[in-house]
Amino acid sequence: MATVPMEHGLILAGALFAVGLAGVLVRRNVVFMLLSIEIMLNAAGLAFIVAGARWGQPDGQVMFIFILTMAAAEVSLGLALALQLYRHVKTLNADRASRMRG
Amino acid sequence: MNLVFYISGAVALAATILAITRLNAVHALLYLILSLLAMALVFFSLGAPFVAALEVIIYAGAIMVLFVFVVMMLNLGPEAAQLERQWQRPRLWAGPALLAAVLLVELIAILVQGSVPLAAASVEPRQVSLALYGPYLLGVELASLLLLGGLVGAYHLGRRARTSSLLEQGVPAPAERDVMPVQPGPLDAGPVPADRQGG
Repeated sequence: MATVPMEHGLILAGALFAVGLAGVLVRRNVVFMLLSIEIMLNAAGLAFIVAGARWGQPDGQVMFIFILTMAAAEVSLGLALALQLYRHVKTLNADRASRMRG
Repeated sequence: MNLVFYISGAVALAATILAITRLNAVHALLYLILSLLAMALVFFSLGAPFVAALEVIIYAGAIMVLFVFVVMMLNLGPEAAQLERQWQRPRLWAGPALLAAVLLVELIAILVQGSVPLAAASVEPRQVSLALYGPYLLGVELASLLLLGGLVGAYHLGRRARTSSLLEQGVPAPAERDVMPVQPGPLDAGPVPADRQGG
C-alpha cells in the first residue's frame, strides 16, 4: 500500500479551510472574501475526496461535483453583487455596505 | 505517489496563504489559480483523476476567469495604465512562477515514470458517472435547478446594474468617493445631503 494516510489528507483539508476562514474574517474587500469562500469550499471538497479515496467509493467524487456546481452558482451571484456594490458605493469595502438604504 | 501528495499539498497551502495576504487582487488570483492547480495534483495522487480534470477545467479555468474579468473590470480607471506598468515587474510573478515550476517538475516526473502510477485504489470516471446518474440522479436534477437559479439571478443583477449605470451617467466619478450622492429627482426641490438617513 503506497497510499497517503487519511489523516494527512484531512489535515491538509483542515489547514486550507482554516486559511480560508481567516481570509473571510480578516479581509474586508468583497472580492477577497469571495476568494476565501472559494478556498473553504475547495477544502471541504478535498475532505470528501480523501474520504472517497480511503474507502475506494465514487461517492466522494460525486459530492465534489455537487460542491463544484454550488461554487459556480455562488461565485456568479457573488461577483454580480460585488459589481452592484461597486456601482453604488464606489468601493469594494464590505463595511461600507452597512450604509446602504432601500 | 506519497511524495507527489506531500509536495503538491505544501505548494497548495503556501499558495493559498500567499493568496489571502496579497494586497493586489490580481496577484492574489495568480496565487489562487496556482493553489487550485496544486489541488488538482493532490486529487490525482489520491486516485481521483476525473475530479482532478474537473478542478483544472472548471475551478482554475471557468471560475477564476470570472474573477479575473470582474477584477479587471473594477480596476478600470485613469490609473489603470500605471498599475499595468507596475504589474509587469518580474519580482511580482516570480513567486507564482517558482511554485508552478515545482508542480511542472512533479508532472514531468509522473509522465517520465511511464506506467501511470495512480494511487493503490483509483476510482475511475466510469464508476463516478454510474453513481452520478444512478443513485444520485435526484442530486443532479437539484444541481441543475441551482444552476438555473444562479443564471436567472446573475442576469437579473446584471440587468439592474446596466439601468443604474445609465442613471449615473451625468455624475462625475472620483475614485475616492465612498458614498454615492443622491441625485436630485424631479420631485426634489434641491440637492439632498449624501449622508441623509433613509426613512
